[in-house]
Amino acid sequence: MDMSAVHPHDLGPTPAAPLPELPEHSSRGRLERVLRRGEFAITAELNPPDSANPDDVYERVAHFDGWVDGINATDGSGANCHMSSVAICALLTRVGYSPILQISCRDYNRIAIQGNVLGAAALGVCNVLALTGDGVQGGDHPEAKPVFDLDSTSLLATMKKMRDERAFLSGRKITDPPRLFLGAAENPFAPPYDWRPLRLAKKIAAGAQYFQTQYCYDIPLLKSFMQKVRDMGLDKQAYILVGVGPLPSAKTAKWMRSNVAGVHIPDSVIKRLEGAENQKAEGIKLCIDLIQEIHEIAGVAGVHIMAYRQEESVGHIVQESGILKGRQPFRRAFATLADSEMPPSSVAMGQVVTPG
Amino acid sequence: MSRVPAAFEPAGKAPRDGKKFALRFWSNTHSRGMEITYSVVEKMLHLAAPLFKAIGYERLEKPVAAVEAAIKGTLFDCRMCGQCILSSTGMSCPMNCPKNLRNGPCGGVRANGNCEVYAEMPCVWVKAWEGSKPMEHGQKIMNVQPPVDHRLKGRSSWLAVSRGAHE
Repeated sequence: MDMSAVHPHDLGPTPAAPLPELPEHSSRGRLERVLRRGEFAITAELNPPDSANPDDVYERVAHFDGWVDGINATDGSGANCHMSSVAICALLTRVGYSPILQISCRDYNRIAIQGNVLGAAALGVCNVLALTGDGVQGGDHPEAKPVFDLDSTSLLATMKKMRDERAFLSGRKITDPPRLFLGAAENPFAPPYDWRPLRLAKKIAAGAQYFQTQYCYDIPLLKSFMQKVRDMGLDKQAYILVGVGPLPSAKTAKWMRSNVAGVHIPDSVIKRLEGAENQKAEGIKLCIDLIQEIHEIAGVAGVHIMAYRQEESVGHIVQESGILKGRQPFRRAFATLADSEMPPSSVAMGQVVTPG
Repeated sequence: MSRVPAAFEPAGKAPRDGKKFALRFWSNTHSRGMEITYSVVEKMLHLAAPLFKAIGYERLEKPVAAVEAAIKGTLFDCRMCGQCILSSTGMSCPMNCPKNLRNGPCGGVRANGNCEVYAEMPCVWVKAWEGSKPMEHGQKIMNVQPPVDHRLKGRSSWLAVSRGAHE
């Protein structure tokens, strides 16, 4: 096993332990280190299982092994019920992965959220993503009571207070604060377009240190957004990871843009897919092309790959886009090497893709 | 009224159709005028503070809240959250957002500027952004708002302004 390409800061004494502290860093996680070093970071979204079996999580995440710097555990995305994000994160930290805990304001009030944040940090979670959450009307339980006690911005401010002031919203003290790398979402592809960069600034003021955007299929729109972001100097205040994902077919793309909230897919993209003999392969090729274009845009710190039901293509997409430039993101095998006393895993890991 | 796509508080109020006239859209378009009007109201509230204190704020709470609900309900579709931030939201009441967002739009705004949840209703925050532009203190939309204090629901924001100035 060649571990020479792994940055020494990215390995801890045991897989589940937080990494040794570094000055200036607010978390002890790998994602913040990769971004602070100025490397083009890659995160990927895990499609959570509708099951209570941990192997379902490990099998799905095996596709990301050695290809990504952070793994997003979605929190009832699309207002559909799945395994909880905290539980998925806890399963991932056990084997050394760097999960990103998504917290949606739709499902919990401030008491539940703050408790979950402390619990997640205790389980080794170093990254969070503060989300408002999709409305319940789009999910499998439209009759549910939406909570929305906080919004994504006040959630960021809450977690910043917990971390930096060591206190709950109520002011009550926290003895050991959660050391978190705080993230937020942005959608440059939804109106009001001219406010989106300012909204980024507002979230930075509330505590956001990195951003993951909605799916990008419109490079000109992203470029004008990033131009404003750079003009305001926001790319120097937070890391921006642009969302991408392979479209399986023109039909799905059409369905997505009319049924999934906040997804913008231009007609040119649909036409390109329609014109292809193998639409799935073309969708992956399009994703790679987009990543390469996004990589060239100044101020972009990385990409966030949302390959819904195409998790197995993530390794190929990362490799073909050439964004790793010889860098080796964390692999589960490194953790077992770093800690030889760790008992052998009984978990089926599926086939591990080897970087070329 | 046809079935709403999801349950939202307060119940019983139908979302506004953007194609039909509503006073709330007019107030939003005339946000600068509303700002000037409110600055006068605010001064009066400050001046009235000693009088209000003499009468007793708690005694005034119910009648003033009723007047405030009637006026702001008509002009803004106010939901009486009791901690009014209309001056910071381009005169577009954020409590009409089905997600009750107080800090800006979500990522689900439709390409036509309408709400993710109510397809016929213009996004409250798209309106807020438009309304904040002509306002003198429109930049207040950038202030990070704290979470809602749900204990204040139904209480008068005007009395709170007056009281804040007095104490």
